[in-house]
Amino acid sequence: MLALKEPMRVALALITTMMSLGAIYGLLGVHFIAAFQVLIYVGAVMVFMVYVIMLLQLREAPGRPRYSALLVPGVVAGALLLGVLAIGLSQPGLSPATLPPSSQSFNLAEFSAAFLQQYWLAFELTSVFLVAAIVAALAVIGVSRRAGEQARG
Amino acid sequence: MDKITLLLWLSGALFVFGLLGVVIRRNALVMLMCMELMLNGVNLSLVTFSQQHGDAAGAVMVFLVFVVATAEVALAIPIVLLLVKHARSLDLDRFSELKG
Repeated sequence: MLALKEPMRVALALITTMMSLGAIYGLLGVHFIAAFQVLIYVGAVMVFMVYVIMLLQLREAPGRPRYSALLVPGVVAGALLLGVLAIGLSQPGLSPATLPPSSQSFNLAEFSAAFLQQYWLAFELTSVFLVAAIVAALAVIGVSRRAGEQARG
Repeated sequence: MDKITLLLWLSGALFVFGLLGVVIRRNALVMLMCMELMLNGVNLSLVTFSQQHGDAAGAVMVFLVFVVATAEVALAIPIVLLLVKHARSLDLDRFSELKG
């Protein structure tokens, strides 16, 4: 994904990654999250992204650089971050993987009960957040329409 | 290496690759997709921890991250369309006049 030039190929690589993550969730036993991963990410978000890529149909000139000026510092910082994470995972006292795994597991009914009884406030705030996002998207479209009218005079 | 460590490695690698993509690429749409990759990495670690502890809180958090990702895309795509209308290009380096 980092080296591919065409945005469409990046999108297809990301879709493959998300489907594989959905398979991993399914193998971990959280089948509802696997289903929602495929439905929401692949079905909604990535379809929207592919649609926009096809709508824009922009071709960058062949000679234009693919990477920004931050290529070298970015790669160095990414390697550093990965190193820090690796140290955290390899230290026995730090790694969360050394905690004893719990024998209990949860199913969909327990998840739904926790979602709507314990975390109902977050659930309600989510709806407020979605309304705010819709209003903001409409405001952006309104700005673009006004700018277009001003450009036409 | 047990299963949990492997999954945490994968989640960290996904996050770092997404961050790298946001930093080093110039194309606005590719940067957006790399942000989605970062969210996916965090989701994987949340699911792993919630399975490890048998607690549903992590799964609830994953659902909230889904909602945030959807809202982010719904807001970012109109902004990208506006930028493209402005300069006929997806290259974010062309919008350096937006700073201060």
